[in-house]
This record gives sequence, C-alpha cells and structure tokens, in this order.
Amino acid sequence: MDFLQLVISGLANGCVYGLIALGFVLIYKATEAVNFAQGDFMMLGAFICIGFTNHEYMSLNFWLAVPLSIFLMGILGYLFNWGVLRHMFGQSQTSVVILTIALGFIIRFLAGAIWSHEPTSLETPFAGQDIRTGGLVLGIDEILIVVVTAVLTLIFFLFFSRTRIGLAMQAASQNQLAAYYMGIPVKRIQSLVWGLSGMVAAVAGILFASKGAIDPSTGLLGIKAFAAAAIGGFGSLPGALLGGLIIGLSEPLASRYGPPGVSQIAPYAILLLILIFRPGGIFSQTQQKKV
Amino acid sequence: MQFVFKTSYDADISLFKHGAQAVWYGLLLLLVLSTPLYFVAIDDAYLLGEITGILILAIAGMGLMLLTGHTGLPSLGHATFMALGCYLNINLLSEGVPWIVAFPLSGLMAGVLGTMIALPVLRLHGVYLALATLAMSMLTSDFVVIAEPWTGGIAGAVVPDINIFGMEINRYSTPYKFYYLVLLVTILLVWFYRNLLRSPTGRSFTAIRDSEISARAMGINLMRTKAMSFFLSATAAGLSGALFGHSAGYVTNETFDLVMSITLLLMIVIGGLGFIHGAFFGAVVVGIIPVAIANGRTFLATTFDVNINVPGLESALFAFILICFILFEPMGLYGRWLKIRTYFELFPFYRKDMFKRQKSYLKTDRLQ
Repeated sequence: MDFLQLVISGLANGCVYGLIALGFVLIYKATEAVNFAQGDFMMLGAFICIGFTNHEYMSLNFWLAVPLSIFLMGILGYLFNWGVLRHMFGQSQTSVVILTIALGFIIRFLAGAIWSHEPTSLETPFAGQDIRTGGLVLGIDEILIVVVTAVLTLIFFLFFSRTRIGLAMQAASQNQLAAYYMGIPVKRIQSLVWGLSGMVAAVAGILFASKGAIDPSTGLLGIKAFAAAAIGGFGSLPGALLGGLIIGLSEPLASRYGPPGVSQIAPYAILLLILIFRPGGIFSQTQQKKV
Repeated sequence: MQFVFKTSYDADISLFKHGAQAVWYGLLLLLVLSTPLYFVAIDDAYLLGEITGILILAIAGMGLMLLTGHTGLPSLGHATFMALGCYLNINLLSEGVPWIVAFPLSGLMAGVLGTMIALPVLRLHGVYLALATLAMSMLTSDFVVIAEPWTGGIAGAVVPDINIFGMEINRYSTPYKFYYLVLLVTILLVWFYRNLLRSPTGRSFTAIRDSEISARAMGINLMRTKAMSFFLSATAAGLSGALFGHSAGYVTNETFDLVMSITLLLMIVIGGLGFIHGAFFGAVVVGIIPVAIANGRTFLATTFDVNINVPGLESALFAFILICFILFEPMGLYGRWLKIRTYFELFPFYRKDMFKRQKSYLKTDRLQ
C-alpha cells in the first residue's frame, strides 16, 4: 500500500513534469529552438491563475479564471515570439538557449515583484477532497492531473499527425526554407506554436498550484522537465510524457528506499545515464548529420 | 587605414599584427602594472580588491571562451569546474603541499576530472550538451554536501592563505601582493591562449566551431580535439576557482551554483563571443553592475527617499542586458569596438551592413 501510494503521488508529479516537457517539445518540434524558460512560463501561468482566483487578489470564479489565464498565457507566448524571438531568426541555437535562460530570470523577478516570494497555493473548489478505496487515498487533484495530461497528450498527438496546421508545423521545423517554398507562413506558425506552448505551460502551472504551494523559484522545476524531455528523446510527445513519469516516479521512490540526499540527484543522474548510453533518448529521433 | 606588408610567412601568425599594436598592448601592460600605485596614493585598497575579482572572473571567462567562443560547445556548468579547482586547492594546501605546487596542480586535476566527467557528454552537441552541463551544474551543490569530509559541506570551508617561499599573501592584509599574483596568472594565461590560437590545435578548435563536417573532412579528430578543448577550458576554470577561493576566504556549497555558471556564460556573450578581449570586457561589466546597483540604491534612498529592495533585481537586470545584447549586438562589446574602430579606419567609406552575417535557415537533425 505504501508503495502504491508513493507511485500515485509520483505519477501526479510526473504528469506535471511531463506537461512542462510537452510545451518544451512542442516548441522544439516546430521551431527547432529550445525554451529554457518553459518552467518559468509554468510558474507564471500558475500565478496568473492565482491572481484571478484567490480571494486576496481578484477572487473570480475558478472555472472562469482557468480559461482566462490559459488564454492570457497563450497571448504572452505568441507575443514573446513575435517581439523577441522572431528577430533571432537564423542565429545559432546557443544564442536562443542563452536568451530563454535570461527570459526565465526576468519572469522570476516579475512574478516575485507582483505576487511576492511567499509560497501560495491556488484556491480550487476541489481542494482537500479525496477518494478513499481500500487503504489508498487518492486526491481529486492528483486524479485530475493524470486525466488532463493524458487527454492533452492525445490531443497533441492527433493535432500533429492529422491536422493541416500540425503538419505545417512539422514541415516548418524540418526545413524552414523548403516550408517557405511550399507556402507555409513559417513565422506565423512559429508564433502560434509559442502561444500553444504557453497555454500548455499554463495548464501545467494551474495543476501544479492546485496540488501544492508555488513560489517564483518553482520555475527551476523546469530543469527537471528538460531532463524528462531529453530522457524521452527530444521531439517526441509521448517520449516527453514518459520521461516526465520516469522522473516523477524516481523522486519519491529514491527518497523512500534510497540513502539520504539521493532523491535530489536521481533525476539528473538518470538524465546523464541516458545521455551517455542512449544519447538520443528513449524514443530517439536524431541522426548523424550528413554532407 | 594601415596596410601591413607581409614580408615573411610568419607574419600571418605573429602575436602582434604591426608595431603600433605591440606598443598599445605594452601601454596596457604598464597601466595594469601601475594601477596599485593609485590605490597606494589614496590609501584605500577596497576597489583594488574588486579589480582583482574582475581578473579572477576573466580567467574563468577565458576558459569558457575557449570552449564556447572558439570551439562552439556551450557549457552551462563551468562553475562545477571552478568548484573542483577550489576544493582541490584547499585540500592540497591543508595536506601541506606548498601553494606554488598546489595551485597549478589543482587546476590540472580539475581539468582532468572535468574531462572525465565530460567525455561521455561530448558526443552530444548543441542543446544536448547544454542540458547535460546544466544537469552537472545542478548536481554540484548536492555533491559538495555529500563530499563533506573534503568540502566542509553546508558549514563551508575556510581557504588557507597563500604562502610562496615564506611570503604570506592574503586578500585583506596584503591586497597589493594578491593583485600582482592574480595579474601574473592572468597574463600567463592570456599569453598561453594567444599562442594556442596560433597553433594547429587552436586552429582546429575554430574549424570545429565553424563546421564540424568540414573540420572532419580536413582530418581533424573531433572527439580528441573537443576533449582537448574541454580539458584546457576546465583547467582555466579550475585555476580561477582556486583564486576565487583565496579571494572569498570562505566557500560553501552555495558558492558555485547555477547562477555562477550562467553569469560566466552571460559574461562572454556580453563581452563578445570568440574574442579573448570579450572575456575581459564581460568580466568588467559583470563586476561593475552589482556595484552600480548598490550605488544606485543608496543614491535613490538618500536623495529621493525611495527604497527599492526587490530580491532578484540584479539577476533580472543582468538578464535584460543580456537579451538586449543578443538582439542588438550579437558580437558583444568587443564587436561594437571593432565596428567603431573600422568606422574611423575607413572613414568615410564605412557602410552600415559591413558586419552583417548571412542568415542561415535551420534544418532539423531529426529523422524526416
């Protein structure tokens, strides 16, 4: 029972990591850029929702605040690509990495200045409710996280493989120039993807904040999500989710059964091992560059 | 504009392009050698300590510049190598090894250990390398805590004084000696770096940066050259870490954190990627900003009675400056200086887009 309980809480955490990784992979898949600020996007999404919902701020209805904050994060993602990243078009990936890291610092500072550095949690209608079955305690929030994540992954999987715009996104990522020639508006597509990933980040943030307290430095959690994305193999949506689950499960299990201090190290150790033995990740999609 | 007539093959790789350049660098050397005189005159060595700190940062910056600026491998984990150098230095000193041996040895050992850690990671490129080094950086603090017998863990470790043949050097009691020591190390490293860039090894680093495929076609062993670059880079970072320890006097598990790694990266981007000068320009900016912010705060508080005390303001400001540089001046401060110099050299024939580089369209590495 103890073990199962740990697994369930690990799964819920893993889903949040998986969702952040999903936003990360979305951007990578469609623009070939890596957004190191995805964790901070998540944090910002959560704080925007807190700002709408909690009674000390605007105290809106929770079900109104959620779509509103998701929409707002979408706009922010779009605007960021439109205003900043688009001007980096054609520069090296390293510059984009550095740029997004810098963006993360700015978001952390803004969130701290607006909503303070105190850990805050989202006031949800289902806070503290749980289902008890046969000695297991399942929080509604935990179940919700798992369900929402599964649904989102399915939607994105279908979106990328079935819809025209999803295919256009893949094409724009694989070869920008060729995509231009085929009449795909590459720049707008990229901005759309950034908006989409901002929305996913908001969902992840809202789920995370409904489960526990959040503060501006929570964005650093994003680094675990990158580990998740790399474990799953960059550019693979199911891989991102799987990587997230592996990381999420490794933490509580390592802290319960491993020696002290191991639980913080576990995610990165797994990442390094994967990178050493299977550099492309589990669902590897990379190939050697050829002339 | 000065035209240099090359009368020998060596002219292409000589340290100075022409006599005037040698004179300018000679003047710079004189300036840095005579700087302490000013502080002796005003009898206040506080700012000299800051300048020494900038030099120490610049050493680490040169290490990262070699890796990122000249070999094209991004690293988000150079604070880890600084930590290695610092703790190795402390342990060697407390074992009774004289400083003159312990210091270079700690740098070399940091280089060897760093290369061993990095070898499996070096097969990766671009984003993956950034991620792996980021993970390394996140683990540093945890490992410092785990290796408590050697590092002092959370409680921290006191760094012993430098002792060279009976001459005691301490940052606070003998700031002038410490300055000259750091300056000597810096100059030696710059000299080594310049010579390295003239040698076939240095040329192969640049070849890898510009195109791995063509570097391989030219017969460069990618793995060995990258590992070499990593070794040299980690060694410089280790040396800088050892000096940083002496300058701080006391190090804990939080000294060499992720922010430090990112600051180093930020430094070389602001300074100008791919130029030795860039490491120094960047170090000056990184060294000056905190002082400027502190002064600005005091100014606002005393003159306008406005108290700005928001945590994270410094990093946010750093980040903002960084974004501005990447967007508007990707070549950094040194690039800006180059442009200004060219403007006057070619006056009035400078054109606006002279330094513009061709944009390349991205193609994925993933399976189609």
